[in-house]
Amino acid sequence: MNPRTAAVFDAARTQQRSALIGYLPAGFPTVDDSVEIFQTMLDSGVDLLEVGLPYSDPLMDGPAIQESVEIALECGVTTADVLSVVDRLTPAEGQAVYVMSYWNPIERFGVQKFADELAAAGGSGVITPDLTPEEADAWIEVTDAVGIDRTFLVAPSSTDARIDIVSSATTGFVYAASTMGVTGTRDTVSDAAPQLVSRVRERTRQPIGVGLGVSTAEQAASIAGYADGVIVGSAFIRRVLDAKSSAEATAEVGRFAAELREGVGRSTHLSEPDA
Amino acid sequence: MTAPADTVDARSSAPGHFGPYGGRFVPEALMAALDQLEEAFDAACTDPDFARELADLEKDYTGRPSPLTRAARFERECGGARIYFKREDLNHTGSHKINNVLGQALLAARMGKARIIAETGAGQHGVASATAAALMGLECVVYMGKEDTQRQALNVARMQLLGATVIPVETGSQTLKDAINEAMRDWVTNVATTHYLLGTVTGPSPFPRIVRHFHSVIGRETREQILEIEGRLPDAAVACVGGGSNAMGLFSAFLDDPEVRLVGYEAGGEGVESGRHAARFAMGAPGVLHGARTYVMQDEWGQTIPSHSISAGLDYPGVGPEHAWLHDSGRATYEPVTDAEAMEAFSIVSRTEGILPAIETAHALAGAMRLGRELGPDAVIVINLSGRGDKDVETAARWFGIDTA
Repeated sequence: MNPRTAAVFDAARTQQRSALIGYLPAGFPTVDDSVEIFQTMLDSGVDLLEVGLPYSDPLMDGPAIQESVEIALECGVTTADVLSVVDRLTPAEGQAVYVMSYWNPIERFGVQKFADELAAAGGSGVITPDLTPEEADAWIEVTDAVGIDRTFLVAPSSTDARIDIVSSATTGFVYAASTMGVTGTRDTVSDAAPQLVSRVRERTRQPIGVGLGVSTAEQAASIAGYADGVIVGSAFIRRVLDAKSSAEATAEVGRFAAELREGVGRSTHLSEPDA
Repeated sequence: MTAPADTVDARSSAPGHFGPYGGRFVPEALMAALDQLEEAFDAACTDPDFARELADLEKDYTGRPSPLTRAARFERECGGARIYFKREDLNHTGSHKINNVLGQALLAARMGKARIIAETGAGQHGVASATAAALMGLECVVYMGKEDTQRQALNVARMQLLGATVIPVETGSQTLKDAINEAMRDWVTNVATTHYLLGTVTGPSPFPRIVRHFHSVIGRETREQILEIEGRLPDAAVACVGGGSNAMGLFSAFLDDPEVRLVGYEAGGEGVESGRHAARFAMGAPGVLHGARTYVMQDEWGQTIPSHSISAGLDYPGVGPEHAWLHDSGRATYEPVTDAEAMEAFSIVSRTEGILPAIETAHALAGAMRLGRELGPDAVIVINLSGRGDKDVETAARWFGIDTA
């Protein structure tokens, strides 16, 4: 595991809480604004940042992320810009910066080059929602060599055999998609989430982050009861989309991050360290 | 039904791959459904009841076998080569698309899935899916780019008359590629009750293999018919290639006959140098789109470049992964045909053969005119006449300046 990723989950465990993981696309609404918003997220209590790489065909994403990504792409954001955003961020001790990207932009940029440049920019890992371990031979080799983490996903429909495949290919943390569906805020986080986490927990010692649909501090608190990380994306985006100025967007995102951070610490963390 | 022999699969690196192409690049949530589909398909292929049921539908509902028609007057435009049309335009619903939807709808029923979803560009696959759903009593939802629903309003009405729900997709470029994104989003959400009836030989494994299999009847019949008529295999078998299902259906019977040239014609749009085309092989590069590695029209950052073609059915920035492999291995060749060349062939075939072809198909006809002149009068060429042109009358009338008001 990349040392920064390890520090994130170690610190959370020590403080008996879950890690807060926050997502926004880079270049949304502009490259400079996104740097400021990301830094505010880090400064307001987000432990692990997912810097989204905007892609033209985000088939796992719901309306909020689609809209934000379209805005970023219309402004001409590129993979090089995304890496520069990571480079400009200054995570504190115990914080980490990941990139979340569909596979084609990474393959097009060059798998080795992408890993090298991300590591050089201070990135700690990459989440690839449409890359399964079966297709990831080159990616596994390169990320191992460079020392950045790679997160694959599990879903409620994953069989035990697939959970084994995914968790053994993952370094850093396993991303548990809490529900069958696309990203987006939901009033209730599916019942499938706790069950999925306990199934994954039986089969791996890796930290588990739960995402898809988390939009309030209450939901964050309840997920923190059984997961090592709580992942929030669309609800951050909503705040940026609804803001009337970039200053307001930054302030709203900061306020929301602080609320969520309070949420993930509210409930006693149930998972045993390295149980 | 013969078992899915997968001659090409067997030569390639891993199951579900065609050389380096194909595979599954999908959210984890779909992996179980793809496994289930693969299992159901493989079981169906060895089940004589399934084979019988499908064969009966092909005969009594689709109207198979489709004829192989000598195109004696069109031949004169092709350097005198002997030209045959495989008449998929005579199938029920007017194109080859029905072969695949009947097979997949039967599979959906076998898997206990009472709801099917489909993507459509011009509306042909949507109409075929709505047809199969009506026949088998399944719920049917069709995703169609909003721009396409406006361009193809008649097909939207046809789908609705058949009982399907058409959902206009307003994201992205509002065309076929965005309809596929939206269908995938629906599928990942409703996968327990829903089968994604994908319309061409693209997408994650096992779709390319399944769709090829259900269209392989085109190639099998053609092979038998040409042997009976000519006493020998053709010198070339040609087809248009959007996603590439009609081409794959035809090619599949000749892959192991090196003397049969296989040529696919992709949409050159306003010319490959114009940037407005769907020439994936001429101008694209290997990448990942909609669940498979294949040739993709993309920019230097891996963002998909929107395609263009006068024919909505060829207007797609990706192509089936097996075609990518046939291209790289040299077994098949692919050439662009421009809008103008296709429309010229459309006109010639209409006037020499009394057949209004689909504009998609007209790309293959234009290609055959080139190829026939190259191969000379002793050659035998089979063209997959993949669809009829009724749906394109308005576009063609506009192109040729015919007043329809």
